[in-house]
Amino acid sequence: MAVSTRYLTQKIAKVLVWVGALSTIAVMLLILLKVLSEGLPSLGLRFFFDSPKEMGREGGILPMILGTAALTAVALSVATPLGVGTAIFLREYTREGRISRMIRFGTDCLAGVPSIIFGLFGFVFFVIYLNMGWSILSGGLTLAAMILPTIISTSEEAIKAIPEKYRDVSYSLGGTKWQTVIHTILPSALPGIFTGIILSIGRSIGETAALVLTAGSSLLMPTSLFSPIRTMSVHFYILATEGISMKMAYETGAALILLVLVVNTIANWLLNRYVRHRS
Amino acid sequence: MKEKIIEKILLLVALSSVLILGLITIFIFEQGLPLILKVGYRTFLLGERWVPSQGSYGIFPMIVSSFWVTFGALALSIPLGLACTVFLKEWSPPSAGLFLRPAIHLLAAIPSVIYGFWGLVILVPLIRNHLGGPGLSILSGSVILGFMILPTIISISEDSLRALPPTYKEGALALGATHWQTIWRVLIPAARSGIVASIVLGMGRAVGETMAMIMILGNSVKMPTSFLDSARTLTTNIGLEMAYASGDHRQALFATGIVLFVIITLLNSLAIFLSRRRID
Repeated sequence: MAVSTRYLTQKIAKVLVWVGALSTIAVMLLILLKVLSEGLPSLGLRFFFDSPKEMGREGGILPMILGTAALTAVALSVATPLGVGTAIFLREYTREGRISRMIRFGTDCLAGVPSIIFGLFGFVFFVIYLNMGWSILSGGLTLAAMILPTIISTSEEAIKAIPEKYRDVSYSLGGTKWQTVIHTILPSALPGIFTGIILSIGRSIGETAALVLTAGSSLLMPTSLFSPIRTMSVHFYILATEGISMKMAYETGAALILLVLVVNTIANWLLNRYVRHRS
Repeated sequence: MKEKIIEKILLLVALSSVLILGLITIFIFEQGLPLILKVGYRTFLLGERWVPSQGSYGIFPMIVSSFWVTFGALALSIPLGLACTVFLKEWSPPSAGLFLRPAIHLLAAIPSVIYGFWGLVILVPLIRNHLGGPGLSILSGSVILGFMILPTIISISEDSLRALPPTYKEGALALGATHWQTIWRVLIPAARSGIVASIVLGMGRAVGETMAMIMILGNSVKMPTSFLDSARTLTTNIGLEMAYASGDHRQALFATGIVLFVIITLLNSLAIFLSRRRID
């Protein structure tokens, strides 16, 4: 009796778990397929190389692509040195103690701050207080603060995975700490650091709330770091919510998903190669 | 000498995230606190009227809506997340994991506006036609948010299941427990703190989500009375009105940000505390 009930429970549980997991996957696929199936068929190359016309009813999304790229570049060029530097400090220059605990707590908290808060902060600090206006620079710097925790944690993981032997060899050859970092640690950690960068690119493509408040929503082609821009996600959001053009919204959405798909595939590929390389 | 300087520079670099967190706190409070003090924190937190043009700033309905939406999302994502975790770790063929894990990472990277858009074109009409109400509602917000936080919950709870020593499972099976008993009575309780941490992190993401929620919640400032009511959360209040607010009104939005920031920081600290305990 007891034996049969517990096997019955197991059967029921197994069915529930399968149903739960498969229906989740199905819904997720539905979300992607809906946007892709409506947006992809009419998506042509012209869409990527044309400026929007009539508030985005016609034309393409070239300024948004360029703006998103410039903004991401600003964010990465600020956050990468800071993030990698932090990881090196945490792993190579300090023991676990008060300072490292504080830095880690700060990083963890920063990782959880919602994007709208970053938006508010970027708006008062960069846009108004530092007088940068709605611009690529304000948006990029705000984004840099948002991706910093990702870069720190992936770089730290990468450095943590380097065998102790590597350091021993460098020190035994008379290398100083900094020489060891430059010639041994960084080259070995590079693929891991790169993964963090790619993940951050993915995040910056999708970010909306913080960038509406800091980079603006201009449709014009950016000309300098101080130009206001509209990122792809912001463009998608405006097209979809202000009833401008559903067709264009679907196309932009499909382009967004494709872009994220490419970026993520590269990150996964790197990650796998890196894992195999390590083991 | 050079080494000493480099070490100092690296220390400064490493303090950047703490510095940014400090700056965020200072600037948000500096902008928002004067208004809270002006209208009184009780009126601000517990007031039910939000009419900026008449100078009434009460955010109680938004606090309540934020919690409704968040708990609705958790009610969906905790069971589904656990099912997916167990499926991935214990009951799927190993080859499925090779395909599913990257898929989950991908879903975590899909921009939230895409989820919001799907909610707007598929879920909202569905709810309006079959359950009534405006369709733009707490229910649709909860469902979309639930799916958005699933990847967070799945990947972190799977990590914590994976981190358990294999002896736990072997021991339980050797004692004659069924596979399900092993999962339910041994593995999940042993990974409890990691799973709870993943839920708390998901909760933080849910409370903080903005754009997708603006698209599907309907944004009414009334106190919600049912899951089919349209609502406005703390985040959407900021996202909706920041573009044109000025003076006291803008300060009130920053003050809304303070409340949000405090809630999120509490949730984060809880998650950090829980995941630290897992390591020890």
